[in-house]
Amino acid sequence: MGASAVSVGGLVVTRGGREVLHGLDCGVRTATVTGLLGPSGSGKTTLLRAIVGVQKIRAGVVTVLGHPAGAPDLRHRVGYVTQAPSVYGDLTVRENARYLAAVCGVPPAAADAAVADVGLRERADQLVASLSSGERARASLACALLAGPELLVLDEPTVGLDPVLREDLWGRFHALAAAGTTLIVSSHVMDEAARCDRLLLLRDGRLVADDTPAALRRRTGTDDLEQAFLRLIRVGSREVA
Amino acid sequence: MSARITLATAGRVLTQLRRDRRTAAMLLLVPGLLMVLLRYVFHDAPQTFDRIGLPLLGVFPFVTMFLVTSVAMLRERTSGTLERLLTTPLHKLDLLLGYGIAFAVAAALQAAVATAVAYGLLGLDTQGPPSLVVGIAIANAVLGMALGLFVSAFARSEFQAVQFMPAVVLPQVLLCGLLTPREDMVNWLRAASDVLPMTYAVDALTEIGTHAEVTGALIRDTVVVAGAAAGFLVLGAATLRRRTG
Repeated sequence: MGASAVSVGGLVVTRGGREVLHGLDCGVRTATVTGLLGPSGSGKTTLLRAIVGVQKIRAGVVTVLGHPAGAPDLRHRVGYVTQAPSVYGDLTVRENARYLAAVCGVPPAAADAAVADVGLRERADQLVASLSSGERARASLACALLAGPELLVLDEPTVGLDPVLREDLWGRFHALAAAGTTLIVSSHVMDEAARCDRLLLLRDGRLVADDTPAALRRRTGTDDLEQAFLRLIRVGSREVA
Repeated sequence: MSARITLATAGRVLTQLRRDRRTAAMLLLVPGLLMVLLRYVFHDAPQTFDRIGLPLLGVFPFVTMFLVTSVAMLRERTSGTLERLLTTPLHKLDLLLGYGIAFAVAAALQAAVATAVAYGLLGLDTQGPPSLVVGIAIANAVLGMALGLFVSAFARSEFQAVQFMPAVVLPQVLLCGLLTPREDMVNWLRAASDVLPMTYAVDALTEIGTHAEVTGALIRDTVVVAGAAAGFLVLGAATLRRRTG
């Protein structure tokens, strides 16, 4: 059992007067790929925002790499990719990446390498606004990869990507984890869940599973992870009702 | 705070401005063309052109930088780029000063064109030198930028951001002494005029119009404009929250 990169204790978050996370406890191990799954509106993005330290929290403790989430020390060490690509449409891919490189204090070559890593080398001098949605998402990902963060928080990074690129990116995620990076990846695509080292399943702001894919299959008595999740979510609903 | 990040931000904002050719062209040329229009509106009264044209050289950069900044900053807020930047080592002041430097450069170019047109082609006549006019125009542009940045926090959409122009900028234009001398205003309007920063920019330009040398009043006015710009930048920084609901 590895060390803990992220630990969340008793996390309560309200948004717009509604409680979104109700006293959540969970942890993420160093140098693993952890999948965060759950239906739309279950609180995945809110949990990721709390880990990155951009979410106001009502109660609880979020510790990231030994510091409170959002601490100034962490700004060099955590990379965050929001669900909507957060890149400037009126700059080229290269200009976006090089700006972020300057902000993070890494050389321009690191920016160019990250652009190549996400498969956008041929698009480097194209304006982001003229890219397809999948390419924009990859440009946004390149901006998070370039500083070589110890923790990468990715909110639905593969939405709109074709299967070949998804395969590529997941290969890259595992290579990063093997090199010591911790990744938290939210998704609602079940075949991606199978590629994670560990899964957190959220339902209505509560954790209904925190296990490996294999253990979840065993626990629910099905080989199909999609079925496994549906069972867990329905069991959860009955308990509440 | 880091000079590297501040300058990278200024360079990025200038690249964005340059990339949008139509905005860049309008930014540079419209004030000069408006000066031409104004000159011919006062065809028979060149003294009136001297009296009104001069302060307008300070009003134009204020208005354009206010508008451009409030929309640009609203985009940063709504596109997620601001949220991402605030998770990096970037300090809030790096971002604000980066914007400030970029728009000061744009304002310098704009004011240089408008001032060259006003003095060179249209025969604007002032006691003080045109270089001081450009200097005040830049200070006023930075004030407009700082104010635009601050009010962008209160706009949810670009429609709302644009509406802040008549709400925040127009009263300052009406009360700055351009339309009626401030001495003739009713007391409460005069008092309002006293606390609006644009009043001091217009007053500074009027000083340049009537005095060949740098006067104490010109220095006081410039300090007030620069101080107001710094104050709104600090207020703007307070509206950039790393943590949001």
